[in-house]
Amino acid sequence: MSDNKNNKAIEIKDLTVEFRTRSGVVQALNGLDLSIEKGKTLGLVGETGAGKTTAGLSVLKLVQSPPGVVVKGSIKLNGESILEKSEKEMEQIRGKAVSMIFQDPMTSLNPVMTVGEQIAEVINVHENIGREESMQKAKEMLELVGIPGERGREYPHQFSGGMKQRVIIAIALACNPELLIADEPTTALDVTIQAQVLEMMKTLKDKYNMSMLMITHDLGIVAEICDEVSVIYGGRIVEHGSLEDIFDNTRHPYTEGLFNSLPKINDRTSKLKPIRGLMPDPTDLPKGCTFCPRCDYAMELCKTQKPKKVFRNDKHYVECHLYDEKNIKEGKVKKNEQ
Amino acid sequence: MSSKNILLDVRGLKKYFKTPKGMLHAVDDVSFTIEKGKTLGVVGESGCGKSTTGRSILRLTEPTNGEVIFEGKDIRKLSKEEMRKKRTEMQIIFQDPFSSLNPRKTISETIAEPLKINNILKSSNDRTERVLEIMETVGLSHRLFNSYPHELDGGRRQRIGIARALALNPKFIVCDEPVSALDVSIQAQILNLMSELQEKMDLTYMFITHDLSVVNHFSDDIAVMYLGKLIEKAPSEELFINPLHPYTKALLSAIPVPSLHNRKERVLLKGEISSPINPKSNCRFANRCPDATEKCLNEEPKLKEIYNGHFVSCFRLE
Repeated sequence: MSDNKNNKAIEIKDLTVEFRTRSGVVQALNGLDLSIEKGKTLGLVGETGAGKTTAGLSVLKLVQSPPGVVVKGSIKLNGESILEKSEKEMEQIRGKAVSMIFQDPMTSLNPVMTVGEQIAEVINVHENIGREESMQKAKEMLELVGIPGERGREYPHQFSGGMKQRVIIAIALACNPELLIADEPTTALDVTIQAQVLEMMKTLKDKYNMSMLMITHDLGIVAEICDEVSVIYGGRIVEHGSLEDIFDNTRHPYTEGLFNSLPKINDRTSKLKPIRGLMPDPTDLPKGCTFCPRCDYAMELCKTQKPKKVFRNDKHYVECHLYDEKNIKEGKVKKNEQ
Repeated sequence: MSSKNILLDVRGLKKYFKTPKGMLHAVDDVSFTIEKGKTLGVVGESGCGKSTTGRSILRLTEPTNGEVIFEGKDIRKLSKEEMRKKRTEMQIIFQDPFSSLNPRKTISETIAEPLKINNILKSSNDRTERVLEIMETVGLSHRLFNSYPHELDGGRRQRIGIARALALNPKFIVCDEPVSALDVSIQAQILNLMSELQEKMDLTYMFITHDLSVVNHFSDDIAVMYLGKLIEKAPSEELFINPLHPYTKALLSAIPVPSLHNRKERVLLKGEISSPINPKSNCRFANRCPDATEKCLNEEPKLKEIYNGHFVSCFRLE
């Protein structure tokens, strides 16, 4: 880590990923910019089809190809570009420097291997230590995530959903990764179990000083564990900033829409304000701003021209024609306070 | 609260399933009432019996015991044929808009099916007219008349599910997690649609969900279930401001609030839900309860009215 960008765990610039299918080219990521400082957690927020998971998979070069093609852009892990890396080199990175937790705990474990073996496998592959020793470490990992070590001899079907997700977290953390990509890690869990798992992830993240990319659709989870937030729409970050920037100084109409669609826990009577219309078809994205057809503030300009980044402070930026350097401080959208 | 306004009165509802390991108590002695035109939210985590309760009420799965009194009549006493007729008044919207629609039927066929089966509208012209009318009501554009479910997104599919339930002009609808498979922006569209319809058609809902912020927004009363038992029931406002059961408190505090202000202290529960097979006759929540006493581990608390309209089953509040 000799170069000067070593305070960034990951830095993605202008990443463009397409899926070339028979029924057209799906533009999954369209110039995505994203970076995480070391030891910090970034929340990547958006709805189904916005490109959240593709972004996560790109970092590990797990985007299936064909049909997936990285058209342009760069991904730097610890300052090192990964797009040129060979499959062999990537194997060294996956599960070691960068780990990923997938959404569905029910299907991401191997049903015919014991839980302990599955954790030991990662350690065995990366740490170059014997079977015995890796089983021992697997046991410690299980205890770390709050499952008694002896239960490592059991199979996934003997575990509940929350416990399976803990096992997956144990696998992901087994080799002390520098970066953890968590793709909707608690979506399949009940709220009380979700609260337990989130609390545990927070503790472990601090303990190992990891950086984390938290992919989620739930702004509540973001408020709980993230330091910064990137809001993704149509494969681009439309607004980025610290928690305070995004929650208390919301600028982008889409971010506003996300907040206003949520039922207010302290105000039962307020009517929900949904975002009208639907996500754009990713094979046929609007020519101008991708959010334009659903936006209440859309102007003529929005239909034809892509908006550029306008910065409110060092971090907080928004891609929207409503703003320029002068008016970005005031803000134009109205967010209902929770 | 005069009793003549009550549309549905469920008394001592039980549904047990036989399993190789013993009796699974999915719903265990649940009683509640829903007033006409109101919404009862039923919340709880996976496996607490909320969906089984909804299905048992419609006799989609036959209850083991108990009474389901709909407009003054116990529908469990109805014959199969009578029940079929009764179902025109009691409908259900299912959770997953991806698997609850027949992929080989067009939208119009799906919506027309209940009209056809129940011989409501005999001529196909009348049915077409009615289908178009319902499609309009739920905000589906007429051009989708001959489309198939796979051509549509989740939000539109759920609108079909709602349209199908509304086709027969029901009085009562069980909504089983109708928005949990949808994105937030779409979820809000569907919730708004459902409350508009309720007002317009004077519908009574039983709204089953695991999402407490949705249920609070939507319901007049909320019932909280845990392992087949109804453990607390109160008007929504009351329940959110003054939850009494330790499980309800933990459940409420576990909701991640999308705001940086007015954050609450969190009650983290230890452990997980225990097995519903051959449960002991004690408080089912006792093993996870932060305040459990000796009594809770040995005896079973009963649902009691603590004050007007607020029911709780917990020994500490007696």
